Amino acid sequence: MNGEALAFWALATVLVGSALAVVLTKNLFHAVLWLALGLTGTAGVFLLLDAEFLAAVQLLLYAGGIVTIVVFAIVVTERLVGERLSQTSRHLTAGAVVSIALAWALVSAVWQRPLAIVRAPMAEDLTQIIGDTVQTRFVLPFELLALLMLAGLMGAIYFARPED
Amino acid sequence: MGLQAYLTLAAVVFCIGLFGVITRRNTIGILLGIELMLNSVNINLVAFSRFSGDVTGMIFTVFTICITVTEAALGLAIVILLFRIRRTVIADHLDLLKG
Repeated sequence: MNGEALAFWALATVLVGSALAVVLTKNLFHAVLWLALGLTGTAGVFLLLDAEFLAAVQLLLYAGGIVTIVVFAIVVTERLVGERLSQTSRHLTAGAVVSIALAWALVSAVWQRPLAIVRAPMAEDLTQIIGDTVQTRFVLPFELLALLMLAGLMGAIYFARPED
Repeated sequence: MGLQAYLTLAAVVFCIGLFGVITRRNTIGILLGIELMLNSVNINLVAFSRFSGDVTGMIFTVFTICITVTEAALGLAIVILLFRIRRTVIADHLDLLKG
């Protein structure tokens, strides 16, 4: 077993374990912390796939941003509701059946096709290529993304405005 | 590790997220499941991009990450607003539109 396989299995274990903890743990706050671990594990998977820039973006935006937002939401709603947000689940059997069936379908479809084993050669500095391509070929979607984030920001402020 | 290993990992994480979306009763818990699903899709995109040698998939991932962050911020703002109006976190209790 070489280093990449070892790292992959370690990251896969962390990712699947933390994902299971996110959906199964009772305490919502603990679920968010497990989600942070899972998102960090995903950043590790990105590193394994030579995408250093995406790993950094993942850590900053996902593990940093989303987890902070969710924690804020939990704290605010806990104060509003006045009781601890412990989670209860329903439809456990139906959820398990649907998820396992879909997982089986996806995994069997993936393994039936002959897919690439070896990585295609790519330039050494992927970050520079991503930056160049975003600023040339994808410049219009990039600007639209800025517009979308501005609209999202304004929407969030509008929703969270104090009651008058 | 081949492409299939990464796709399998992403599929498993996606289905775990789906399980969370189906079974959670708390709205924030459902949002956490959606985050897991979106996250596994990103793994798929990056893996395909890396193994086919085309950088487009990685750029697409940058876009999906940004859109997901916006979605999470807006979703949680809606959740907070719902708390204010309905005083509940449980998705089953938000049945105003139920006929």
